[in-house]
Amino acid sequence: MSYAVIKGAGYALIHTPDMIIHNGTTQTTERSTNPDSEYLKELKKHIRTYEEALKYPPNQVYIGNMTPNDLSTYEMPWYDKEADIKERFGKLGEIMPQDEFITLMKLVDVFDLVKLENNFMQDVKKKLLDHPLFKEDAEKLKEGETIEEIEKFIQSQHAEAIYNEGKLVGCVKRAHDLDHNLTSHILFENLVVKASGVLAFKHLIDKNNIPIEDIDYVIECSEEACGDMNQRGGGNFAKAIAECSGASNATGSDTRGFCAAPTHALILAASLVKAGTYENVVIVAGGATAKLGMNGKDHVKKGLPILEDVVGAFAILVSKNDGIHPILRTDLVGRHTVGTGSSPQAVITSLVTAPLDKGNLKITDIDKYSVEMQNPDITKPAGAGDVPEANYKMIGALGVKRKELDRKDLLSFVKKHGMVGWAPTQGHIPSGVPYIGFAKEDLTNGELNKVMIVGKGSLFLGRMTNLFDGVSIVIERNNGKVENDSQQVSEEKIKSFIAEAMKDFASHLLKE
Amino acid sequence: MTEKYGAENIIVLVGAAEAESAGLAAETVTNGDPTFAGSLAGVQLGLRVYHAVEPEFKEAVDEDVYEEQIGMMEMVLDVDEIISEMSSIREQFCKY
Repeated sequence: MSYAVIKGAGYALIHTPDMIIHNGTTQTTERSTNPDSEYLKELKKHIRTYEEALKYPPNQVYIGNMTPNDLSTYEMPWYDKEADIKERFGKLGEIMPQDEFITLMKLVDVFDLVKLENNFMQDVKKKLLDHPLFKEDAEKLKEGETIEEIEKFIQSQHAEAIYNEGKLVGCVKRAHDLDHNLTSHILFENLVVKASGVLAFKHLIDKNNIPIEDIDYVIECSEEACGDMNQRGGGNFAKAIAECSGASNATGSDTRGFCAAPTHALILAASLVKAGTYENVVIVAGGATAKLGMNGKDHVKKGLPILEDVVGAFAILVSKNDGIHPILRTDLVGRHTVGTGSSPQAVITSLVTAPLDKGNLKITDIDKYSVEMQNPDITKPAGAGDVPEANYKMIGALGVKRKELDRKDLLSFVKKHGMVGWAPTQGHIPSGVPYIGFAKEDLTNGELNKVMIVGKGSLFLGRMTNLFDGVSIVIERNNGKVENDSQQVSEEKIKSFIAEAMKDFASHLLKE
Repeated sequence: MTEKYGAENIIVLVGAAEAESAGLAAETVTNGDPTFAGSLAGVQLGLRVYHAVEPEFKEAVDEDVYEEQIGMMEMVLDVDEIISEMSSIREQFCKY
């Protein structure tokens, strides 16, 4: 069977300044334990404007207006640099402002749980009518609520408040008065996942000229769970996102695995396509408001802006081989298994060198490794170091141990086979997949031949196991040969049958 | 544990990726938690403490196992900086 291909990718960031304050867990925890803290007083002074978020170089990389290579030419830190391009829309997606996103949450809400103040909604409706992807949806917006009604929902019915520019503009209602899994807080987070997932999905379809009716299956791979008290993680974000994106011929399901889930989903999608079960599978993930401002205390302490001010989302289309787009080598997959062990060496061996060995490849045969592409501008001041760089050093060091690389070339390996990180620290969002949009280019029109996507996840956070997890897959330039499975195999078989018969006949003659 | 087994019978092994964080962990089990946050705030245990990439530990274990488990990280980490940080903490605060 022919390998599946990466047909396209879409990416979205949403600048959410008020959600940092009201929905990021670092801030909500601080407010409940230490409401008069210096941090909460200082916080607002450190929040960037939408224009500042547009100018931030890593954000322009995320939506494809700059390449990771372009970003590496900017000297760190990046928060005080301006990108050459400051556009809202990019080759791979967009950076949406908060007011439009709040209204998008209303648009994707089919249970009338999102209530928006009428003036706010009408103002934003005008903006969305100009949005290239939401004009038709925006036309459906009718009358909003009065601010008094919204205040009533919040005060007497435990609705979660929605703020914009410091002002109350709406709320998300709870969906049940007793069910802990349908509280307004959980529904708010789930609607953020759904809305941001739809945004990335729509960009994927739009940027790659894909007929939406061709999508057969959707795998959602974020880190939230939706369901009620009888099935907390019942699902199914995938189908909900497919419905709002207009993929009427699709069904789907959710795949979970903490930050490793997107790479798990990529391997699943590639396998489903290669098996012939489906022709076009989209993997999609929305973002998390809980992680907004996660390292905010360190950033504020060091006088930096709150750099975790965007929700991230992505969508990737995996399709049957077209002879053009890069192929997903489902035979070159790495797995951190239950028995792998937790030492960094065991982890990198299982994820990087095990799949390479299957293909008789050396560490240096992979042109680019896409690991956890966390933006070091965010992680370094928080004491977590430069995550991609640390990963590249480990991969390189393993190459030295395998005698595929000279020790003195370790640093040049990191530079040549690695990239600087540009993705926001939204858990699953930076994990391997931010590079796929660029990989599609690099492996078709570009110079590269093989890349590896590596996803890792901290399963222990869920307290069900002490284990950590990870999977990886090699993506390769398409050699243009498409096996037409049914035809070619049968032709070959016919030829071999004929050859066999001729041989029999010849030996028969010889005997005679 | 120090009450149960005696501080002189305990060796602490750290595996932090950076000298600064290794030093913090080492200081915690010798001079007490420098952040004054945890249960070891102000408690001076003075334990013997080593990092996994230090020669004292490396020489004490099987060479092959060391290579298999730590060899790669030894190449990645700034071993000299870690050794100097750990030695300095031991010289100042170690009682055994």
